[in-house]
Amino acid sequence: MKMNNVILKTTVQVSFFIIFLFSIHIFLAGHFAPGGGFVGGLLTASALVLLLLTYDIKTVQKLLPINYMMMTAVGLALALGTASISVFFGDAFFKHYFSHFEIPLLGNTELHTAMLFDSGVYLVVVGVTMIIIQSIGGDE
Amino acid sequence: MMNNFILFLIILIALALVALIYRLIKGPTVPDRVIALDSIGVSIIALVGLFSIYVKTSFYMEVALLLAILSFIGTIAFSKFIEKGEIIDRGDSD
Repeated sequence: MKMNNVILKTTVQVSFFIIFLFSIHIFLAGHFAPGGGFVGGLLTASALVLLLLTYDIKTVQKLLPINYMMMTAVGLALALGTASISVFFGDAFFKHYFSHFEIPLLGNTELHTAMLFDSGVYLVVVGVTMIIIQSIGGDE
Repeated sequence: MMNNFILFLIILIALALVALIYRLIKGPTVPDRVIALDSIGVSIIALVGLFSIYVKTSFYMEVALLLAILSFIGTIAFSKFIEKGEIIDRGDSD
């Protein structure tokens, strides 16, 4: 039974990008405001789930050819590497460095190494959620 | 005055939530329950917005946006499950 959901497909083509941009906003807001890697990753995963609901697994895989296993592995390596890099400088495990930089277009910006750890968490959350949903939704 | 008015609205929406939860538990058919769940989502968004006005902070606005997104996706998933019986197509059946 083939269905042609014109309304759903048209809506999702716009709202996917809105949800994705909101997830990026939540992810970047996460140090001084509510948010962070975990919530941002879950929102990105829910945007991808919206695509999976509207189209099917093969179309989404052709649209975004991402190996989610690899994504999870890269995220874990990034999180572990950021957490353990401070050991080599003689500081404690999970020590967090930050400083102020002059960035063109953004002005004086505070950059943290916690952001790198958070992006690792983001990649792990997106990867694991998509692996679970694809393997649950893909079986007979 | 304004605070009392917003409290009154919050109480009204809470009463609506009680009625919706009754429909969610009792509801004779599955579509009744799905619509009740969707309405609960919308009511909670309104409740969060009113509470954000009441405590005079804008931090709760992201909660409202997030709830709207999750409720939207949940309703779509339920509707597709009722209509087709499967949620995610595999893409090689047709």
